[in-house]
Amino acid sequence: MTKQGRVSAPGALSGPVAGGDSAATVTAEPENTLLPGEPLRDLALRHGLKQTAIRPPLRGYAGELWQRRYFITGFATARNIAMYTEARLGQLWQVLTPLLNAGVYYLIFGLLLGTSRGVPDYISFLVTGVFVFNFTQRAFITSSTVIRDTLPLIRALYFPRACLPLGYVLIELQQLILSFAVLFVIVLVAGEPITPYWLLIFPVLVLQSVFNVGCGLILARWGASIDDVSQLLPFIVRTWMYTSGVLFSLETLTLTIHGKLHDHPTLAYLLQINPAAVYITLVRYALLAKYRGSLPGAKPYNAHNCGLYRLFSGKYPSYSAYCHPTTLPSIPSLWLYGAGWALVVAVVGFLFFWRAEARYGRG
Amino acid sequence: MANPMVVVDDLHVVYRVYGSNADKGTAATALLRMIKRQRRPSIREVHAIRGISFVAYRGDAVGVIGRNGSGKSTLLRAIAGLLPSEQGAVYTDGHGALLGVNAALLEDLTGERNVVLGCLAMGMTTQETKEAKPRIVEFSGVGDFINLPMKAYSTGMGARLRFAIASAKSHDILLVDEALATGDAEFQRKSHARIDELRARAGTVFLVAHNLAEIAETCNRIIWLEKGQIVKAGDDVPGILDEYLVASGGVARFVEAAATAGYPSGPVT
Repeated sequence: MTKQGRVSAPGALSGPVAGGDSAATVTAEPENTLLPGEPLRDLALRHGLKQTAIRPPLRGYAGELWQRRYFITGFATARNIAMYTEARLGQLWQVLTPLLNAGVYYLIFGLLLGTSRGVPDYISFLVTGVFVFNFTQRAFITSSTVIRDTLPLIRALYFPRACLPLGYVLIELQQLILSFAVLFVIVLVAGEPITPYWLLIFPVLVLQSVFNVGCGLILARWGASIDDVSQLLPFIVRTWMYTSGVLFSLETLTLTIHGKLHDHPTLAYLLQINPAAVYITLVRYALLAKYRGSLPGAKPYNAHNCGLYRLFSGKYPSYSAYCHPTTLPSIPSLWLYGAGWALVVAVVGFLFFWRAEARYGRG
Repeated sequence: MANPMVVVDDLHVVYRVYGSNADKGTAATALLRMIKRQRRPSIREVHAIRGISFVAYRGDAVGVIGRNGSGKSTLLRAIAGLLPSEQGAVYTDGHGALLGVNAALLEDLTGERNVVLGCLAMGMTTQETKEAKPRIVEFSGVGDFINLPMKAYSTGMGARLRFAIASAKSHDILLVDEALATGDAEFQRKSHARIDELRARAGTVFLVAHNLAEIAETCNRIIWLEKGQIVKAGDDVPGILDEYLVASGGVARFVEAAATAGYPSGPVT
């Protein structure tokens, strides 16, 4: 009991006064009878205990994630429902938001600036691009704050943290499905026929979702430690949108004589194979018959008609079909690029996120 | 006795806090920092746990006492595997369940959805969740409130629902951080019954409480923390409680109470 007096002199701690320098002077050798004689690490390992808060092995992690699949879907659905509970129009906003988005862009770029030149059926072209890009945009921006948003949950329960960015991408996918219900109505009203090509939308959206998950995992890790990411991201994403042919046709910019990309075939090609442009082009190809029919190479080469398009794209928007440029990626090659982006980014994103698994709680 | 359940080996935990008042955070200071090429603004490191070691065995109930900010909650989070260690390690047999006052369920969702999501997050299957749900709702005793968003709950009701969810899965390690303090007498009785049940199944319970009588009643071992370090740790629960009381300016009472008529029942002030 000799050590007892060294804990602190009675009275050194006066009442529940928080902080201050009157705190007990902790002795160099506290009295601790909860220690066995042998080294603790050996004891723990001998009894088969596992170290906590360390990164689990990759395969085990993937397994745990798979086991939590119902948590991920439940989390996404619940969040989606709760998102608009405070709004008077409630769930209607899920449909209104994409509609208003498309309306604003149509007003500015379709009516005021007249970018519609060079594309047949500009409204369908624009709205498809906006909705598909919006999926990636929202997934990016929400994923970058997911760890901060759910810090209390992370600090309360143990589960593989990759559930959270996955859940966030799933929320956006659910919103996208509603957007597409709106989109189908818009393109039908615009006079597009229902064709078997529409089935191709599903594989494109699967690839895009996989791509978004990969990016979401990367951004979630960055955003967890650096808040600047979520501040900067909207600007990066907006720039990306303007260079991915959401509002105008990259093909037109490349083909027409006065197009900004006419003299830069390499740049034009790179812009066309960037993931956002790939998924947008593939969805447009599947959904819009007029767009499909006007893609360069859709009709036999005809120098006269192609020349008309190169000079007067506004007057003959569908004559781009008669041009056969060598510098634009073909639709089959876009499928390959789309699959490649999805696969590479998903694998890299998963590994990147997993490597910091043990650090997400610290804030 | 022979089987250790939790081994804490020279554990250090450091929180990193951004934006302390050392830096006002204006645009001008940020620009200056960039020009001077300083790395990050005003990171303050809070060394919350400074070298703690102990072993807890199957069937133990370990009380953790200490003043506000002494590192009790941090220690529990580290044992639950929710906070990474700066140095040293925690070894456990399985994952622990942490019950804190502000342990997050998703507050804009209904109690019912929180029950389901909580169960799924803990790794239960949909079938197990479906079976456990009525039990959890019944145990929590929140009644009709189960269909309201959790932000409409009182503190006590929230704590009850959380306890009900976390104890639904048979965890071997239960970490209770003041979660029982906000419950009413009936709920406290139910929770203690569940804690005893878990100990009887050779689980381990950690209990943080400012109500020292609760520790005296429940725990067979005790750890006294001060500024992230152990002041005293051992089996002599009444003895250490009394020393803590005296050090806090109170009057020793637990040794005497333990020797005569069991434990006091009222709260210690």
